[in-house]
Amino acid sequence: MLHRFDTLVIGSGLAGLSAAIEASRHGSVAVIAKLYPTRCHSSAAQGGIAAALGNEDPDSPEWHVYDTIKGSDYLADQDAVRTMCEAAVKTVIGLEHMGVPFSRTPGGKIAQRRFGGHTKEFGAAPVRRACYCADRTGLAIVTTLYEQSQRRGIKFFPEFHVLDIMMEGDRCLGAAAMEIRTGEICAFSACATILATGGYGRVFRTTSNAIQSTGDLPGILLEKGLPLEDMEFFQFHPTGLYGLGILVTEGARGEGGVLVNGKGERFMERYAPHIKDLAPRDMVSRAITTEIREGRGVGERDFVYLDLRAIPEKTLSERLPEIMNFCRIYMGVDPSVAPIPVVPTAHYAMGGIPTDQGGRVMKNEAGETTLGLFAAGECACVSVHGANRLGCNSLLDTVVFGRRAGEAAGKMKDIFMVEAAAESEEVLGPAKNTVSEILRRRGDEKTGAVRKDLQELMMGRCSVFRNEAGLKAALEGIKELKERAKHIAITDRGKRFNTEVLEAIELGRLIDLAEVIVSSAVQRKESRGAHSREDYPERDDKNWLKHTFAFKKAGAFKTEGNIEFSYRPVSIAGFPLRKREY
Amino acid sequence: MEKDRVKKFRIKRWDPERASKPRWEEFTVSLDPFERLLDGLIRIKDNLDGSLTFRSSCAHGMCGSCAMKINGKNALACQTLAKNTPEVVVLEPLPAFPVIKDLVVDMDPFFEKIGRIMPWLLEDGPPPERERTQSPEEMKKILDAIKCIMCGCCTSACPVYRAGKDLYLGPASLVKAARFIFDSRDAGWEERLEMVSGKNGIWRCHSIYNCYEVCPRSIDVTGIISRLKRMSVKKMLLPPRRPG
Repeated sequence: MLHRFDTLVIGSGLAGLSAAIEASRHGSVAVIAKLYPTRCHSSAAQGGIAAALGNEDPDSPEWHVYDTIKGSDYLADQDAVRTMCEAAVKTVIGLEHMGVPFSRTPGGKIAQRRFGGHTKEFGAAPVRRACYCADRTGLAIVTTLYEQSQRRGIKFFPEFHVLDIMMEGDRCLGAAAMEIRTGEICAFSACATILATGGYGRVFRTTSNAIQSTGDLPGILLEKGLPLEDMEFFQFHPTGLYGLGILVTEGARGEGGVLVNGKGERFMERYAPHIKDLAPRDMVSRAITTEIREGRGVGERDFVYLDLRAIPEKTLSERLPEIMNFCRIYMGVDPSVAPIPVVPTAHYAMGGIPTDQGGRVMKNEAGETTLGLFAAGECACVSVHGANRLGCNSLLDTVVFGRRAGEAAGKMKDIFMVEAAAESEEVLGPAKNTVSEILRRRGDEKTGAVRKDLQELMMGRCSVFRNEAGLKAALEGIKELKERAKHIAITDRGKRFNTEVLEAIELGRLIDLAEVIVSSAVQRKESRGAHSREDYPERDDKNWLKHTFAFKKAGAFKTEGNIEFSYRPVSIAGFPLRKREY
Repeated sequence: MEKDRVKKFRIKRWDPERASKPRWEEFTVSLDPFERLLDGLIRIKDNLDGSLTFRSSCAHGMCGSCAMKINGKNALACQTLAKNTPEVVVLEPLPAFPVIKDLVVDMDPFFEKIGRIMPWLLEDGPPPERERTQSPEEMKKILDAIKCIMCGCCTSACPVYRAGKDLYLGPASLVKAARFIFDSRDAGWEERLEMVSGKNGIWRCHSIYNCYEVCPRSIDVTGIISRLKRMSVKKMLLPPRRPG
């Protein structure tokens, strides 16, 4: 089957839908995704979207820029941060106009609350900047954007799994995807292709990410010889439900919740004396991990408490209803009477596919871009989050840069004709090979077992704290896992909805991404943001104020040291580097 | 396996590509009391039978992927804990939708029905410079409806929908319509109310409350439809009479 559209969007979360809506002003748009549109992981976003509306406290986009740069441990590109924060107010107002059901102030304006690392007057005190819809902000925005996409006649292809990006030299011609319910592999030709496939937290055991967050597209680009940027920076959210990793929004602390260790101490006072529990996520996750390691976990176990009991019951039920439900259902805990056991949970990839501010995918550290290939959202790296993202900046990133990518991509049809792909072996061959290669494998390994070992390995060696010995051991482990993955036997030989085959393909991508994450972490010999090296505990601006670009070495497939690195300078525009204290 | 943790999963399986009718299959897995049935399904797929097919994504009740019939009642497998189920867990695909394979059903007809009620906010002229104001009290009127994750549990549980699925919009579509009709910002509410007051809308609801009982998001689905009915009566949009 062949499909032709002016713009092709892969992924139906916030970035994908934002891009699709924008691109639809210019021509025909198709959205393909491996899930039904609203099943995307953006729906699980809880706390809010950041914008200096000033509805609850005086605020300014300039303070938002400062907080984002400081939060990023100065690795974010300052010009891109400015673009995002200055667009924030208009973006959130635009979402309201589309129908997003935000929570409201008594005066009827969009309600706002405090969130980690967001401050007034350049760090003076926490500010209410997070615009929210209770603690289901993601669901509210995704639903609205899906509604608006239907209104604009955007064509959806739900449950299509992308297996290949079709490139001709530096130009992207579209994608090849499997229609999951039939197993048929189809070609989608487009003037412009936008990748918006989200994160890949499933490389870790404890994660807030959806089962489907497997980084399929970054993995494909890596195979194509394109770089991935800053992959060593993976955010652990401080408060995941113990044992499950389900997210408890930072908004819970924004509303007055506090972290308490096994001795009953509010330990954040020691780590961030000024803004305490509202410090950025990297710092809070390190603090929790340190408390647990030094024997101050609760009941000598490996968690701490998030205590919401000081929050009035009305606030809990109106502003944090989902959290209350999750705790009751999954932990048997009522947060209004008992504290919640929490641990850091793998949450967000700061790194990803390098793009410029128009979402154009870079092919090298010099910033040269590919033609017709765009990326936005968590799978991309602009970079506005640098070494550590602030809460509520991810939703903002997806909408602001999703729209910018959609705008730039939509205009590609003025430059190029859609080159209809032929249903030839040349076009669909690589995608078909991906499937047949999996089906040819013989052995006694199982996808689930290899995946579990990968997730344990990454959790043990490459999570909140890292060191050279551990990371090198992880690389060895990954090598073994790659070998084991070659011996996975597929029992389901049918074409129809064959998730066994798809899971094996996803596992291959996850292993590849894990290798890039660990390799990137080994080579960066400093601690910055979420990348915390025990053997290099200080930030080293002299040598490491630069973005990592990781490439898969040509011809070195599946041997040791098969990642190569180059570097891109950080854009500094107005905010000089300082020591990062809160 | 510890005895009190052993669960028997009795699953209705069918691959229409290869068999003419469904069959029942049993698997024995060990599940901790606080584990989800979805964890059990993943364990079966990982260790016992890789061909077992089901949908899953967020695993904590926010995406709606893993809706299925669990011991006779529609629910999310990720929101149902082992401790709250009997020793034998019976799993079937959501009723009323065509089966694609095992526990996966075709959701296209469901989304198509939702699409029929013009599910988008209709503005009243160009938007203001800032946000349109809406009081917390006005916002509360849509609070229940906006919780919907479109999992399909309600529509699939509705006997009226199952009896006339080509016609009746079904509870999820009506909740979606209500989300706009009750929204103080929606300029299209009258048109929409008229639309759902037609012969395939609210008047087909016989207040059986199945939808209300199964909603994993605790939305008062039947109550919302009743509010639409009251509003409809006020506007004299009464149920269409049978000819003759």
